[in-house]
Order: sequence, then structure tokens, then C-alpha cells
Amino acid sequence: MIRAVIVMNTQGKPRLVKFYDFQPPEKQQELIRSVYGVLSERADNVSNFVEADAIFGPGTQLVYKHFATLYFVFVFDSAENELAMLDLIQVFVETLDRCFKNVCELDMVFNFNKMHMLLDEIIFGGQVLETSSEQVLKAVEEIAKLEKSSSAISLVPKSVSARFGR
Amino acid sequence: MAGGSSSSTAPAPSLVDSLFQRSLDDLIKSLRSQPAGAEPTLLSRALAEIRREIRSSDPDTKAIALQKLTYLSSLHGLDASWAAFHALELLPSPSPLHKRLAYLAASLSFHPSTTDVLPLSTHQLRKDLSPSSPPPFSSLALHLLSLSASPDLARHLAPDLLPLLSSRSSPPSPLRPKAAAAALRALSVCPDVVPHLFKPLVDCLSSPDPRVVSAAVGAFAELASSGDPSSYLPLAPEFYRLLADSRSNWILIKLLKIFARLAPLEPRLAARLVDPLCDLLRRSSAQSLVFECVRTVFSGLPDHDGAVRLAVDKVKDFLASADDPNLRYLGLRALSMLGPRHSWAVEESREAVIRSLADPDPNIRREALRLIMGMVFDSNVFEISILLVNYALKSDPIFANEILDAVLTTCGRNVYELIVDFDWYVSLLGEMARNPHCTRGEEIERQLVDIGLRVRDARPELVRVARDLLIDPALLGNPFLCRILSAAAWVSGEYVEFSRNPLELVEALLQPRTSLLPPLVRAVYIQAVFKVLVFCFNTYIDRLEISRLSSLGNSTTGGASSIIESKSTAAASCIADGTTGIESNDGIAIGDKPASLFSSIENKDPFTCESLTNMLILIETAVDPLAENDEVEVQERTRNVLGLIHMLREIPTWKTEEQGFIKDNRIGEIVNLLQSMFSEELGPVSVNAQKRVPVPEGLVLEENLANLAWTLAEDDTAPFMSISFSLRSHQHGETKDNAASSVQSTSLLAEHRKRHGLYYLPAEKDGTESNDYPRANDPLLPASQGDVSEDLVKLTDQSLIPRKVKHTKPRPVVIKLDEGDGVSTSPSTTVKESKDDLLSGAIHDVLLGKERKPSSSQKKYSDKSSRRRVKDVSDNGESVSLSKEKLDLGDREHRSSGSRRSKHRSHGKERHTSPQKNDEKEEKNHRNSTRSSHHHERHKHRQRGEALLDVAPQAPVIQDFLL
Repeated sequence: MIRAVIVMNTQGKPRLVKFYDFQPPEKQQELIRSVYGVLSERADNVSNFVEADAIFGPGTQLVYKHFATLYFVFVFDSAENELAMLDLIQVFVETLDRCFKNVCELDMVFNFNKMHMLLDEIIFGGQVLETSSEQVLKAVEEIAKLEKSSSAISLVPKSVSARFGR
Repeated sequence: MAGGSSSSTAPAPSLVDSLFQRSLDDLIKSLRSQPAGAEPTLLSRALAEIRREIRSSDPDTKAIALQKLTYLSSLHGLDASWAAFHALELLPSPSPLHKRLAYLAASLSFHPSTTDVLPLSTHQLRKDLSPSSPPPFSSLALHLLSLSASPDLARHLAPDLLPLLSSRSSPPSPLRPKAAAAALRALSVCPDVVPHLFKPLVDCLSSPDPRVVSAAVGAFAELASSGDPSSYLPLAPEFYRLLADSRSNWILIKLLKIFARLAPLEPRLAARLVDPLCDLLRRSSAQSLVFECVRTVFSGLPDHDGAVRLAVDKVKDFLASADDPNLRYLGLRALSMLGPRHSWAVEESREAVIRSLADPDPNIRREALRLIMGMVFDSNVFEISILLVNYALKSDPIFANEILDAVLTTCGRNVYELIVDFDWYVSLLGEMARNPHCTRGEEIERQLVDIGLRVRDARPELVRVARDLLIDPALLGNPFLCRILSAAAWVSGEYVEFSRNPLELVEALLQPRTSLLPPLVRAVYIQAVFKVLVFCFNTYIDRLEISRLSSLGNSTTGGASSIIESKSTAAASCIADGTTGIESNDGIAIGDKPASLFSSIENKDPFTCESLTNMLILIETAVDPLAENDEVEVQERTRNVLGLIHMLREIPTWKTEEQGFIKDNRIGEIVNLLQSMFSEELGPVSVNAQKRVPVPEGLVLEENLANLAWTLAEDDTAPFMSISFSLRSHQHGETKDNAASSVQSTSLLAEHRKRHGLYYLPAEKDGTESNDYPRANDPLLPASQGDVSEDLVKLTDQSLIPRKVKHTKPRPVVIKLDEGDGVSTSPSTTVKESKDDLLSGAIHDVLLGKERKPSSSQKKYSDKSSRRRVKDVSDNGESVSLSKEKLDLGDREHRSSGSRRSKHRSHGKERHTSPQKNDEKEEKNHRNSTRSSHHHERHKHRQRGEALLDVAPQAPVIQDFLL
């Protein structure tokens, strides 16, 4: 299964963190730091795989991709295929790109909820659920529509919900 | 950060709070605009704010507070477990937004082991899972279940998962694949739900919706890879059908994962897989699928040569892809999955593998190194090790040490079983020590000493290597090498009889830069000096004796000399052997030339009265300042050496003439006494040696050291005193050191410098002070990567494949002690959780159609006592073994056909090769046998390890399919 999805910038600041086997927050931060320590050492023209036994336990591997200022990191075990995970990162990034129209780091910073919504449509409980970014976007739009329609009749006309709707 | 108490003392949120509440965006903006270093204060302020707001009765305020907390917890590592109840409070909210925020918070922070309010969510989850609630709600509930279901939660909600899992609505429901993922979690945390969920999950495999199939196949791949795969053998026909039909690479990859686990259990299945796998290998354009095929062939079907051949060709394509390091890396990984039986595959790609040692990617280099080390046999260990150690000189420090590590581990494996020529290996160890990047001092130290103890024939070479290391002043400044130098000093002291020039050795051991060594290593150095000193005197006296007797014998009796000579063989003959070119046939030449200590190196015979006197002076000068050293080991050894020197000095005949030695036998006695101290050979000690030592009578080891406290209390002033003492002595020692180097021995040092420029820097500066010695081996001028790998490939024109090589020398005796000696600790046995057992037992039940009555099982499951559950499983175990026996009988009848039998035999062989699996099986079998009551006694006597594999033919489905 997929153990974790981490998006962080090239300074090591996490932008999206999702662990599929539970880790307490302090431990998460520690793991993120170790991953950053490994990734920041690596040159640009090398392979995208790192054996992660020392960080995430025996049998785990890590695949990452470097886009602009961001690292996209997937951690997985022997039940997943390495190249398929690499493709899945591509799917995830493409989906983000279509969703935010030329995604950049700032989009990720201010769209915490939406990032999780998108990710949950692609990976569900550590299992790959959907690999077509079109389907993912459709599902996310449906959820947004539902929330909008219910907030219209809501008695609190705050701008908050509009913000969440992004 | 606000402590836990602040939430109880914080004032209730006012209307103002909710009106002017900061949104998540506001919080993020304030965090982004903060000056560096202010984050902790800002976070604790935000947290205090959240603690206040989250208690609001207004759901909007609460939801926003929860959202902010989730954000801070997820990305800034703040603890959110205290807010679990607030997340629960929001779960039933009718607003989809609030509900989603609550579920998000719960899915990121809930876990059965830490969230004690988790059972409270059961009702709400059930409500959201019900078909009447909107699909997005069900989706959220499924998501939470798939991440944080506890066994209890899984058990209670399994019936609610069922309709979602088996829905057959005409536009396929998007919830069904999600339900499959949640079912996977439920099955793996709580085997009790198997009767409810397993069949529907199997049905998902035949769904027309590819997403459902994909989720179900993924779930089975997960179950098969984490537990006992044999339970899923009966599903093989279904998987096989999918393998033929499916066009989705994702599904195919997962199917291959399952088959990779199943194929080793069932040779007939493996045979059936060859064709579809080869087909996929040939026509698929997706590299991920091709790689998965290769992996399945290598790990599951290593006996099918055609498939292996095809897969190896694909791997070659991977290795040849110049522009994609990922494929090169995976290609190497794939090769390392092949066992030693298929070493031809590595041999065929030898050039690519060796080229990979120079790859810019450290992963690829490491993988190539691993492959090469896997190809080492006793016939080629020589070439490969030399190649690698030379290559380590040119590579970067981290990889250089990985290479050294690999070579050391491989060569030292199982008490050096690969090494035939120990002289070569010992000099290789010396070369490794001289690698400028070497940080593996400890292992090299261990092996140097170990070989010294175990391999008698290697000692002369060992002493030579040690000498080369010791006389090099450049090595002394490197803190990673001091352990090696320590071993070298010990070796040259212990086996000094093989030394060509003990006097030179003493100089090396006392050279000025030894002050850079840590105290413990210095102590070893000084002890080595002690041993050398005793040896020199002993040899000298023995020779005098011989010459005296032989001169006597020349005149009077001829027989006496030969007797004495044979008596003093040990030392004298060693010198004769060890020193090539020294004319020591009879030792008559001694004392003819008035040789100085320093010219004696070029001189034929090192031991003259004068050289020994000079040696005494040198030792005394160098060692004297250390008599006041702070470190007790150093001080102690120094005192020993000085004590011996003083004792020798006190004998008045010492200075007069050589014959004095003979006349005054006291020196001879002293030296003989000391020599006997060191003459006993040290051997390796067995790990069990301590156990075999009988406890002497009257020694009570168990008794409490009760009066130790009293003794300590008695002189509790001692530590203080010793501290002050050591401080004083430290200063004293320093001044003395200075004085010694400046006044007393200037002339000696000057002479030393004159004769041994080697030990000193060319400049006039004192070498002892500066640490900037040139490196022992400066790395060669950086050659271009291509050249390096070119060289490498050229160097390894010799095949990696083992060849029959005639060894010119027979392998020397390597002392091995009892069985456990030198063998690393046994691989950790995998402790299988009983949960897996429960799961596979339950699955057996379902697949064999032995369904118990749901009502009774329900009752059993609701009983939480573990004893009860174990009993339940024991029923399973019995039923399984019973049915197995039946099938066994049936099997035996079939075995009349020969082909069948041979298959079974090979199967059995395979079983023996995988110890881990055997372990599991044994454990399982054991459990079965202990559980089954006494009238199943016969099972206990059945051969162990048979229990599980016979399950394969037991399943009727697979019988039909395979035959």
C-alpha cells in the first residue's frame, strides 16, 4: 500500500502531508525532516527512487519528483510498483494543474482543504482509487456543488464558506 | 504552546470572538508574514485562540477553529488529539462543509491506539453509510473507516458496509471501490468480519466497472502480501481470468503482485503463468508493467528458463537506457532478485553493471556494488576485491566506505571462507587502511587481530603490513585510523619474532607524532614497545650464549653448541627466517662491528650491545614524560617499561662489556622471566568459553554486594582528592614534557631527524605540533567519468563467473572454534501475529463453504475475551487439518503417475530452501497441534512443515482449473 504522501518545498517546509498508517504529529514532522535530508542531498539528474528502510521501516521505498520549488514524495511498500507510483505522482500533479490552472506553491499553501479533497479521490486508504484526473475533478466539483447549494440556504451569510469553496 | 490547563481556564467564547474570528486564510497569512524566529509564539497564540473558539456553541465558529487546528497539526506538527471530541461533535452536522471539515480532522488525527472517543463515532458512521444519506457523506465515512477503523468499529459496521460493497446500480456507484478499500482495512484489523465481507469482495472481481475490479484486486494484493498467501490460492482461477481479460495496466500490475506470491506455492500455477507473462513482456509498452513482469518471473518462476531468458533481455534494455536513470536503477534491482543459479544473467550484463559503479546516482552505484559482491566466489575474490579497493580510491568518500564495507563483510564472512591466500588479504587490509576516505577502522582492526589469532601462516605478512602502517607518520593524524594502528601495534608486539627489524619498529612506535593518538591506543603502543624490548634482549642473550658455546665447542667439545642451539631455536631461528640476508647461521658475527643504533638498520645484525643501549636510551627518553600521564592505562604501561629499564640499568656489568651478560646471569634471568610471560600464544576465544569455566570453590557470585555501599561511604572524599591530584599531575606532566623535548633530548632528536627525514616534515617546523601532514594517499587527479568506467571494464575482462583456478598455495589452517563462532546472529525470526492466522483461518472457512451459522458466530464475536477467540480458531485449525488429511489420502492414490510425484518432490525441495516460510509453517503447525485436543494426537506426529502446503491441492476449485 501507499504509506504516505508528502508535498514539501525545496526548503523542507511541508505543504501537504497525508500518512496512511497513523503517525502522531511530532513523528510526522521528524519523518518529513529525514525525507528532506535525503532529498536535498540528491542531484537533479539521478533516479527518482530512494530506499526508505531507515526512515519508514523495512521494505519501504520512496519515489519523488521535483517540480519548480516543490518535491512530491510518495512512500510505499512492496505491494506497489515503482514506476506506477511515479506515474501516479504525474497524475496527481496533472490534476492539481488542471484544478488550479498552472498550479504553483502558493495555490497549495492557501488551499489546504481542496488539496486533501483531490488527494482523497486519487488515493483512498492507501490504495490507488482513480488514475484519471478528469474523473477526479468531476468528483471534486460535485462535492463543491453540494456544499454551495447547502450554504446558500445557510443562515450565516459569512464569506467563509466562499473561501472554503475554492 | 498553551498547556492542557488553559482550556479549562479559558473564558467562554463571546459573541465578539465569533464575529471577529480569524479564518484559516488569515492564519496562514499571519504565519507567512511573521519575522523569522517568531513562529513558536505565533503558533501558541493561535492555539490559545483555537482552544477558546472550539468550545463555541456556534457550529461555524467551531468548524473554523477545527479547520485551523487541523492545518496546524498537519503541517506544523501541533498535537490535535485533545480536540478529538470536538471533531466528533461536528460529525452529525447537516452542513456538508462542516461535516467534511470534521471528517478531515478525524481522518488526520484519529487512531484506535490514541483516540479513546473513537467508539462514540459508531452511530454517526452508520448513519452516514446508510443508503439514504447523500453519497458524498458515505464517501467521507468510508474514508475515515479505511484509515482509522478499530477492530470493534470494523465489527460493528461490517453489516453497513455490505450494501455499498455489493451495490449493482446501473450507473456504477462511485462508492463501491471506496467500500472495497474500507473492507480491506476492516478485514486486516478484524478477521471476524470475513464471513460478512469476503464473499462480496470476491464478487467485486467480476464487476463490469473497472474501478471496482481495480480496488478489489488491490485489496487482494494487499492481503496476500501482508498475510499468508496460501489462503488465496482457491481464487487463482478468478485472478487468471482477469489476467487474460483486463486491459488496465494498474489491474495487471496488482494481479502480477498476487501471482508472484502464489506461484511459489503451486508449481502447476507457475507453469500456467508462463505464457501470459511472456506475452505481456513481449507486447506491453508500459515500462511499469514490463518491470512487474520481470519481477514476477524472477521471484516466482525462476525455474522456467524461457521466461527468465526473455525477462533478462528486457532487463538489458533497462540497463541500456542511457537517458533514464530510473530504468537503469530498476534494471540492477531486478538482476539482484535473481538467485545465484542465474548468475549468467549478471555475467551477460557485466559491462553495464561495472559501468554503473561510476554512475552519478548513488543508488545505482550501491545497487551495482551489491550485485558485484553477490558474484564473489573464492576463485575471483582476488580480482574483484583489488578492483573495488582501487576504485574506492577514486570515488567519493561515502561510496568509498560503502565499497570498503562490502569488501570487508564479504571477505570476512563465515571466518574468511572465501580467502585462500591470506598474505594477499592482509596486504589488502593494509591498502584499505591507506584509503584517504577510510572510516572503517574498527572492522579492519578486528580483522587484523582476528587473522593474527586464527591464521598462524599469515603472521609474517601481518607483521610486515603492520610495520608499513606504523612507520608512516602521515597516518597518525587521522582519527579514523587510530584503531587500525592500534591493531598494527598489537600485532607487531605480539608477533615480534617475525619482524625484520625490531629496532626500527621501536622507533616507529615511539615517533613524535604518536602524541596525536588517543590514550588507549598509546597504551597499546607502549605495551608493544615493552614486548619488543623483551624480545630484543632475549634474542641477544641467546645469541651470546650460542656464540660463547660454539667458540668453546670449537676449541673443546663439538656437541655442546648444537644442543644449546636447538634449545634456543624459537627466537634465533625466527630471526634467521625473518631477516633475509642477515648472516646468522651461527651468530658468530655479533659484536664484531661497533654499530650504532641507527646505522644498524642497514647493518646486517641489529643486536649489539651498543644498539641495545641506544634503544634503552631512546625508549626511556620517549616514554619518560608519559609516566605522569593522566590516563591510567598509559601511565601503567609506561611504568612497566621504565621499571624494566631501571632494573636492567642497576646491574653494574651492563656497561662494561658483552661478556658481562654471561658472567652476571641476573639479566638473563630477568629477561627469561619476562619472555616467558609473553611467549604463550594467544588464541581466539570461543563465545561459549565463559560458560565452560568452572566457578572456583568458595567463590560466591550470587551474593549481594551489600557492604559495598558501606565501603563507598567510608571514603567518599576519595573522588575529590583524585581529581585534584590528576589536575596537578597533568600540569606537571606537561611541563616535564616540554622540558624533556627542549633540553634533555635535543641532541637525540636532532640525530633522529637527521637519519630519518622520513618521519619529519621538510620544513624546520616541529612536526609534532602541526596537524597538517600531507595525506597518505592523495586521490589521483580526477579523471573523467568515462575513462574511469572504461578502465574498470578493462580491468574486469576476466570473467565474474567462477573459474577453476589452481591455487599455487594450499589454504592455511584457519582456527575455527565451535559452531557459533564467527557466524553472525541468526536472522530474526518473523513473529507472525495471531491476527494473520485468524484471518487466513477465517478465509479458509469461507472459501471452503464451511460457513458457520451467522447467528452463533455473531454471538461469539461479540464476546471480546481473547480466550474465547482462540478457542474459536482452534476449531478452524481442526477443520482445516481434517480436510487436509482427507485430501492427502486422495492425493496418495493419484501419486501412481510418475510425473506427478516428481513435481511434488521438487515442491518439497523448494520448501526447504525458504527458511522463513518454514518457520511460519512450523509455528502454525505447532499451534494447530497444541490446540487440537488429544484425540488428534496423530497430527502431532506428522512431519512438521507439511501442514500448510497441502492446503493447495485441498481446494477443489484449483484442482479443476489446473488439471
